[in-house]
This record gives sequence, structure tokens and C-alpha cells, in this order.
Amino acid sequence: MIANLAFSTPLLLVALVALPILWWLLRAVPPAPIRRRFPGVALLLGLRDDDSQTDKTPWWLLLLRMLAVAAAIIGFAGPVLNPQAERAGDGPLLIVMDASWASARDWSARIERVEILLDEAGRAGRPVALVALTDLPGGEISFQSANAWTPRLPSLQPAPYAPDFAAAAQWAETLDTEAAVFWVSDGLEHAGRGDLLDAFEAIGPVSVFQGARDVIALGPPRFEDGTIRTPLQRQGGTAPREVTVVAHGLDPAGIPRDLAREVVAFPAGEATTEAVFDLPPELRNRITRFEVAGERSAGAVALTDDALQRREVALIDAHGEGEAQALLSPLHYLRQALAPTADLMEGGLSDMLLASPDAVILADVATLSPDEEAALIEWVETGGLLVRFAGPRLAASDVARDSAGPLMPVRLRAGGRSVGGAMSWGEPKQLRPFEEGSPFAGLAIPEDVTVTSQVMAQPDPQLSERTIASLTDGTPLVTRAPLGQGSVVLFHVTANAEWSTLPLSGLFVQMLERLAVSTRPATPDAADVEGVIWVPEDVLDGFGTLRDAGIRPGVPGDRLVEAPLSADLLPGLYAGGAQRLARNVMTADTVLTPAVWPAAIPVEGMAVVEPTDLMAAFLAGALALLLVDAIAALWLAGRLSGALGRAAAIVLAASLLATPQPASAQESDPASLSPEDELALLATTEVTLAYVVTGDAELDRISRAGLQGLSNTLWSRTSVEPAPPIGVNLETDELAFFPMLYWPVSVNQPMPSTEAYRRLNDYLRSGGMIVFDTRDANVGGFGSGTPEGRRLRLLAAPLDIPPLEPIPPDHVLTRTFYLLQDFPGRHISRDVWVEAAPPDAEQIEGMPFRNLNDGVTPVLIGGNDWAAAWAVDESGRPLLPVGRGMTGDRQREIALRFGVNLVMHVLSGNYKSDQVHVPALLERLGQ
Amino acid sequence: MSQSALHTPETLRSRSETLAAALPALMADAQHLSSTVLLGTHGRKRAGTGDEFWQYRPAEAGDALRAIDWRRSARSDGHFVRQTEWQAAQSVMIGVDDAASMTFTGSSKRPSKLRRAQTLAMAISILAVHGGERVGLTHLNEPPRGGRAQLLRMAQALMDGHEEGDYGAPRPRVLPVGSRAVFFSDFLGDPTPIEQVLGRAADRGVKGALVQVLDPDEEAFPYDGRTVFESMSGAIRFETLKAKSLREEYLARLAERKDRLAQAARRTGWRFHVHHTDQPAEPSLLWLYGALQKVRS
Repeated sequence: MIANLAFSTPLLLVALVALPILWWLLRAVPPAPIRRRFPGVALLLGLRDDDSQTDKTPWWLLLLRMLAVAAAIIGFAGPVLNPQAERAGDGPLLIVMDASWASARDWSARIERVEILLDEAGRAGRPVALVALTDLPGGEISFQSANAWTPRLPSLQPAPYAPDFAAAAQWAETLDTEAAVFWVSDGLEHAGRGDLLDAFEAIGPVSVFQGARDVIALGPPRFEDGTIRTPLQRQGGTAPREVTVVAHGLDPAGIPRDLAREVVAFPAGEATTEAVFDLPPELRNRITRFEVAGERSAGAVALTDDALQRREVALIDAHGEGEAQALLSPLHYLRQALAPTADLMEGGLSDMLLASPDAVILADVATLSPDEEAALIEWVETGGLLVRFAGPRLAASDVARDSAGPLMPVRLRAGGRSVGGAMSWGEPKQLRPFEEGSPFAGLAIPEDVTVTSQVMAQPDPQLSERTIASLTDGTPLVTRAPLGQGSVVLFHVTANAEWSTLPLSGLFVQMLERLAVSTRPATPDAADVEGVIWVPEDVLDGFGTLRDAGIRPGVPGDRLVEAPLSADLLPGLYAGGAQRLARNVMTADTVLTPAVWPAAIPVEGMAVVEPTDLMAAFLAGALALLLVDAIAALWLAGRLSGALGRAAAIVLAASLLATPQPASAQESDPASLSPEDELALLATTEVTLAYVVTGDAELDRISRAGLQGLSNTLWSRTSVEPAPPIGVNLETDELAFFPMLYWPVSVNQPMPSTEAYRRLNDYLRSGGMIVFDTRDANVGGFGSGTPEGRRLRLLAAPLDIPPLEPIPPDHVLTRTFYLLQDFPGRHISRDVWVEAAPPDAEQIEGMPFRNLNDGVTPVLIGGNDWAAAWAVDESGRPLLPVGRGMTGDRQREIALRFGVNLVMHVLSGNYKSDQVHVPALLERLGQ
Repeated sequence: MSQSALHTPETLRSRSETLAAALPALMADAQHLSSTVLLGTHGRKRAGTGDEFWQYRPAEAGDALRAIDWRRSARSDGHFVRQTEWQAAQSVMIGVDDAASMTFTGSSKRPSKLRRAQTLAMAISILAVHGGERVGLTHLNEPPRGGRAQLLRMAQALMDGHEEGDYGAPRPRVLPVGSRAVFFSDFLGDPTPIEQVLGRAADRGVKGALVQVLDPDEEAFPYDGRTVFESMSGAIRFETLKAKSLREEYLARLAERKDRLAQAARRTGWRFHVHHTDQPAEPSLLWLYGALQKVRS
């Protein structure tokens, strides 16, 4: 502790020598006496003090003062705890960061370390260049002052790939500067490290900084024995450690969540382990990625692709061939090709369609029953893949003779053809190389694949574009046509080896894969994916966060599989046609090895002890001691009495409290209600009318008085007995409790926040009603508008308001309680707007009014200043004048009746509208 | 009592009257007269000049003709003379120490000792005047008088000027034989003059009460630390290094002083009372009222 203490100006400590002198001085000076007027002094004359010590300052007070002075001296000497050993050397400094995925786990520590290095360099006045090896600068590096680099540090991010040390070494050799090199390493061995180190050593002395935390990496998951196994590697630690591997995916509602978790342990000394997920297929197919929980690194994320998907494939052949030998069965080769990677179903077509397979394969099935065909068409149109194989039955049937029909990509000629057989001319045909744009493009065609028979397509303008594979003579072998969202594929040969040797070759499996009938069993090699441009859908960043790829360019298949990850090829999920391929940081054969440095290279840890400047603490302590001393001196002198004493006690207590201590959070009383709960309780125990607090005190007062007047009227005339009205703050209060919001529009009202609008819209959608009152008697009329009207338009613009119309004479508002045709407030404008009636509302013969608005209008907009007409004072008398004389009283009465109707409308909806049916209902009941 | 403004003659009187109104009229006990006296005068239980009927006695030779009460005489054969009871008013002499020490107060919330003493003095004066007595101030060279005018004059005199010096002593210039006297002071100065005055008063048949008015600080001595105590005029100084240690001795001395005064009072038939300025004045006035009544000369 003491060893870690240093002083910025140690010379000041010499002043501590003066302390004994100060002691002597202070000791000699007693506290000054107080002069008091006291009539009883006559009685005191002749008394003697028995204690002769008090003319000296007491020792503890002296000690206090000594401590205060000592603390001040030490404080000014600038004590620093854990001072940084200044790094030797000057001249330019090159800081090199690996900035790879393996650095992401303790990236902030690295950034802090670099920041400290920059600070040191700044103090030493050394020019600095900062280089991330994953993002090499183009030309010559520029050395700048450390201050120029510090603001750029936060924007430095680790890359989701490993640095290319070979390229870095080339780059380093081009540098012709002299500089000390600080290499912040990710601790992993990468190819070419030695060369790079040599290149750096040619520039100047190299120091290495590397962290001590484990690197944990998640290998690509593989499917094995019905379970998913994800290999885990670690590098760095040997102690037993448990990590949690989380499988992320979409739940049936499409919401991303944790689908499964497995806790795996690294045994002591072991660097690898494996997480085993035993999941039902439904869950398994939904997994999008695996992650090591709590490990922020691209290496700790393993994206899954088609390799883990198990497609459900329905196989159907023509019935009645149960006697045939297995090798002749049209389905045998399909089973063999698909069984390892897909879940197969066999049975009735309609039964299997219910299980929603990913693909349906019809092997030489010519005709389907009409309802089966309809079901199949519907299934394909919703995204299904129908693969048909030709065969004798198809060739013999009339299917697709005249027109292709929806379930056949092309028209077929009758009979088909046979080449190279015993009874025919010519040689068996071979396959023509797949064209660009074909889903099979890039697949190598084995020499031994020959076709002896096929069904022939009718020449057709669309034939060439529907052909995705053809024979050397140009006749189509595989044709495909889209149908709805799905597609129909026809192999013009059989699914068994009768017409061709295709089902015997590996090409058959690859073709099925390309068609996404089956999925790849494991990581594909370049040949599997060659010729297809893979477009990134989601990419990982260095911290393992999955981001939308945006408009990143596509990657050719061979490069995607073989090229090392780089800035152009980020780890992520790539889509090529219907297939998905995940490129992860870790491949199956990646082995993490620790970086080994030559003994001559100094290796430092990442941990940094922050230097703590103790000057402030010491000075504050000195000040506090002096304060205590002042109070103690007062107390000694007997001046500390009464109010002065209390004040001193308060000051002392305050100074004690002001010392930095972890403040304990006050525990709130669980029994007491929060303000929100109180409001909810208040608003829900009774019907409560509410108004929007506009911030204009006078307006809010009128609103409150108005709703109070309306509440009084409701109480006395109807069975609605409202509680006193409540002012609602749109920003903070919950609105759902109020049947109706009265919103007087004030020009000065600030716009509510987005959050407030969201809640207002929720309120409107869940059946709330807002009464907007511009209070301007609509003098502007429609379209032009008063300031309030314009403000209203501004306020209501973000609200989810339906089309409006002036209130029609048969609106239910006109008869919910009183029969009304006018809706006056203080003003008697007729323009009151409500939700428009549906356009098809017609007046039925014999009915007094149309059947309108099945529901409550969500808004009512007017300018009659209703609240002012309703407003009453505490004693229930009208607050504001309305009209003149008897007419005015009548107007107020009608205004109140409108208010009653309004509340009734809000509370009972279209009940009164349904009342017209009562005679009919009664009549029906009577029968 | 709580007003801290200085007395003016008018306010002093009005405040004192307020205080005095709380009590029945003072009936100073008269030694020679019976208790059956009208309010304000003390019957001497013998025939003499007065307003009250005393007795009818048969006319004797030498009685003036006009002394005969004809109405009484007509009811019998003899002649009767109507005699009235001899009535004489009592004199109450009041002395208030107005030396510098009396101006002390330990807190701004309390009145000074002098002011409290003046208030008490005027209160008892008003009671006496209402009771028909004559009152006067001992240090004025004037005989005691009755009436409201006298109260005004007394209030004026009480407010006029202060005695020089730290501690005052009662110097009665007028002390009518058989009168009552009350001295207000803190009695912190030399007690010898008081004892002498008491002795002289006893010689002249004057009975009365000593009221020691003290500030609570003087009773409690709540001081500590290094302190220089000064008398009110600054003439006497006493320095202590630790005031707290003197407290016991001071309190002992104060008790001794009270004891001495009480003894002197008892010896001469006077009464002794200690009043503290933080206490309300009424109990002390009540005590004083009782004390003046009960004194038997």
C-alpha cells in the first residue's frame, strides 16, 4: 500500500518538520477569554480556580490541529496511490491491436489499456500511431499526438474474423519508420505471427500486452444420432469451468427467444468439451444460432444453416407395385438419397399434406383424384415444392398432353423416347453442363451418368426458360415451373435406375440438395456450392451480435466455403436460392492455440491499477479536521451553548454525512401505494370524468369546474354517480381508467411526447373517447381555422382518428338520454364532428333512423366551450355567464343535457340505437 | 410583562394596572383597627372621625347640642349622641433599587430585573391605592399620598434617573411610623446597609417585605470556560479560567446571602421573598399582597 504511494511534489513534505514548532506555538497560546457582564460578580470575588491546566490548549485539540496541518501539507504534496511507472523511451510509438473476434471478450479492458498507453505517450510527448491488424491502413501510417487518438478509441471495434498476419507482415515490412511497438494481442496463435513479429522488431522494440481471460469458442453444430452436438474450445485457463450454451430461435409466434440451454463443464486441464442438445425436430428446425451465454465474441456464436434443418419429405409412388423388387421400386433411390438428411413420410397424399411437408415427391404418378389435385395445388401455391419423376405410367398417360396443367411444368409428348437401348439407335445420352442461372450450376457431372429413356417435352416458348437441366442433345432432363409461391419440378426420367443411371450417382443427391428437397449433411465443399452467388442475410460483428447484412454484395460459393474470413467475407448467414449456408468464425477443424512469444519480448497483462489522486481526499480531511477543531475550540471556551451549539452540531453532522459513503437506498414502504396505484384506485372505484391538463391554470380550473358541474347533473338526474373529476397529465398518467377525456385545446399547450401519443392511441383503440373542444365557436369554420383550430389539427395529427363528419341528425348522441338536436356550450355553433357513419348505412324502411356507428365514436370535436357552460363553483352555482336571461338559462340546460347524453353515449354505446328493435323483439317473444 | 421596550410613565402605569386588576383590592392589615372596614379605609375599632357608624352613647355634659342625634333620641327618653368609627388610612412605602446591577438580564427574552421590580412596585401601589391606602416612594422626600395622581407621580419618579454605582442600597428618607414598606432589589451588593435599614424600620414600627429580584442566570450560573466577569458598570472585574468550576462556590455564596437576608427580615418581623424574572409576576404580587396583609405590628 505504502509502496504504491507517491507524491507529485515531495519537497513540500519538508514542511512536516515545522509541525513540532507549531505544536509548541499552539500550546503556548491559550484560548481567548470571553467577557461577560454579570451582576453576581460581587459574589465571585475571592474565589480561586482549582484547575490550573486549562490555560493551555488541551493535548487532543493540539493533536487535532497537528493532524489537520499535516493532512494539508501531505495533500498539497500531491499524493498519488498506485502511480504508473513511467515507461522508458521516447520517440514515436506504434500501437498495434489484433482487434480480432478473440479480443471482443475483454475489448473494454483493451481499450482502457490502450488509453493508458496513449496517456503515457501524451505525457511523454511521443507521437503515436494506432493500427488495428484486422483493418490495416492503406498507405504509410501517420504518427500523431496521443490526444488525437484518444477520441478515436471508442469507435474502434473488434472484427469478427482473425487478423491476416501474412498481409500484416507485408505491410509492416513496408514501414520505414523507427518506433517502439506495443502489440495488444488477442492471445491466440495465428498463422504468420513469427513473420509479423520479425517485421515489427525491425521497426523497434516490441512489447506485448495480452489478457488473461479465457477465450471460449463455439464450433459449428453438427447433427449426430438424433442430437445436436456443438463442440466448445477454450484457451487460456485450465481450471474447471462451467459455461452455458444457449440455442436461440424463433418460437411459433415468430418471436426470438431461448429455445434450449445446456450447461457444459470444461474439466480441469481440458481445453475442449461438447454441448449436446437433444431436441424434438420441431424445435430443432427453429434454431437459428447457438451462443455461449455471457461471452461477447463472434467466436462464441455458431449460426446454424440447412445442415441442421431436417426437411419433411412426402414420398408417393403409384400404388399396386407392392410385389416389385426393392431395387426396382421408384422410391428406393429417393429413400437412400434422402434418409440421412430428411424425415421421410409415406402414405396417402391427403393425409400427408395435413402434416405440411416441405416437399412432396411423386414418383411416376400420372393422375391424381380431383380433390387430391386441388389440395396439392393449394399446398404448392402456399410455398410447397412438388418434385415429380417420370416413368412408364406418366409416359403412357394423357397427362399434360394438350396443356401443361398446374402440376406439370411443361407439356409432354406422348410416349417418350428411348435411346441407346437394344431396340434403338444412338448412344445413351449424357448430361450437358449446367447453365448459369440453373440451380444446379457448378455441379460437376460424372462421366458415367447416362440417360437411356426420357419423356419428351413439347416444344414451347417457355420450354427453354423452364429447363434447368438438359441432355447433350438439348432435350430437357429437369424442368421447373413456379406455381404460386411454390414450384413444380419434373425429372424427365424415373427415380430408379431403369431409364438412367442418374439415381445411382452422387449427382442425384446434390441435385436434390440444390432443389432444397434434402439438406446438406455437413459443411459443403467448394464443389457443392460452386457457381452460386450467396447473398449475406445476416452477419455477425466482432461481439457476436447478429445484424442485418443490408446491401452487402454476394459471395461466390467456392469463396464462401474456402476463403478465410475477412472484411469482405464476414461470418453470417448466406442465402443461395432456397438454401442457407452459415459461415461461422470457428470451423470444425479450427484449434485454438495460445500465442507463444519469444522470451526476449516483454509480455504485460491487461490489468491496470488506476492511479488514484489522493490530494483532494487529504485536503478535504484537513478541512474537516479544522471544522471539528473550530467547534471543539468553541466548546472548550464555553461559547457553545443554546442555538449556537445546535447549529454547530448540525454543521458537524452535515460534514460527517457529506463524507463519501455508499448511500443506502431508502427502502420504500411496501404497504403504501404508489401515486399511479392511487390514481388507478381513485379512477376505478367510481365512474370518473377526466380532463387533459393543458398547463394553462385558468383553463384547467374551468375544465375541472365544468366536469364537476356535469358530474353534479349526472348525479341528480341519472343513475351515473361520478366521483369528482380528475385532471390527467398525458405524459405520466394511465388513461385506460377513464371512459372519456375532455381535452380543451389551448394554443399554448405543448405537444405531447411520442410516448404520450402511443398511449393516447392505445386509449382510443381500446374504446376510449376524447372530446376536443377548441372553445372558439368554430368561427373559422371548416378549413380555415382559428389558432385553436390549427393547434387542434397539430395536436390530433399523430392520433389514430377515423374519418369524421358533422354529427348527423340521427346520430345516437341525439337520443342517448335526452332527445337533442343542438349541442351548445357557451357558444351555439352547430358544427360538432364525430366519427363518420359507414358509407353503406342506409335508412331501413319503417325505421326512424339509420343503423349507425356500431360502437362509440372515438372522438368528438367541437368548439362550443362546453366546460365553461357546465362549470359550477364550490356551492354549485354556475361559474360563468351563458347567453342572456331565460334564453341563456335554457342554453345552459341544453348544454348540460348534451353532457348527459355524451356520458351516456360513452357508457352505454349504441344501446339506444338498438332500442328501435325492441318492438320486434317483444313481438318475437310473444310468439 | 414580556414587552422589552422601556417603561414610559404611562405604559408602566397601564401595565401595572393590568397586573393589579387580577387581584382583589389590597387590604393592608391594620393593626389597630377592626376588620369591619369599608374598602379603602381601615377602621380603628374606636370612636373617632370617620364615615362609618360606630355607636350611640348617652349624651353627656359637654356634648355640643348639634352632636345629639335627634332621631335616636326621639325613640327614648334620653339623649343620644351618634358616634362614628375612627378611620385612618395606612401608608405603604415602596423602595426600588435602580442601580446598574438591576438592569441586567441574562436573555433578551426576559425583562431586566429593574423593570420587573418596577412593575411589581407599581402593581402593589395600585392595589394599595384602590384599597384607599396612601403610597409613596422611600427615596423621594415626599409624604405618602393616595389617589390616582399619586400613582402617576410615582410612576414618573420610578422612571426618572438611575442611581450611580453598581449596587444600590435602600435609603429611606421618609418612613412614617407604623407604615408598611416594601424594598425591591437584587441585594447582591453589601448587605450591611439593608440590615441597618431594617433595624431602623423596626425601631419605628415599620413592617414590610424584602423582595429579591434575580435573573435565572444569577441562580444557575450557566457559564463555562475562560471568562472575565464584569459588573454592569465595569468597575468590578473577575477573571476565571474555568467558570464551571466556580459554580458550586458561587451558588453557596448566593444561598448564604439569601439566608442572611431572610434572617435579618425574620429578626425585624419583615418578610423575605425571592422573585425570578423568568417567572410570571402574579404569584409574587399575590405573595406580596398576602405578606402586607398578614404583617402584625
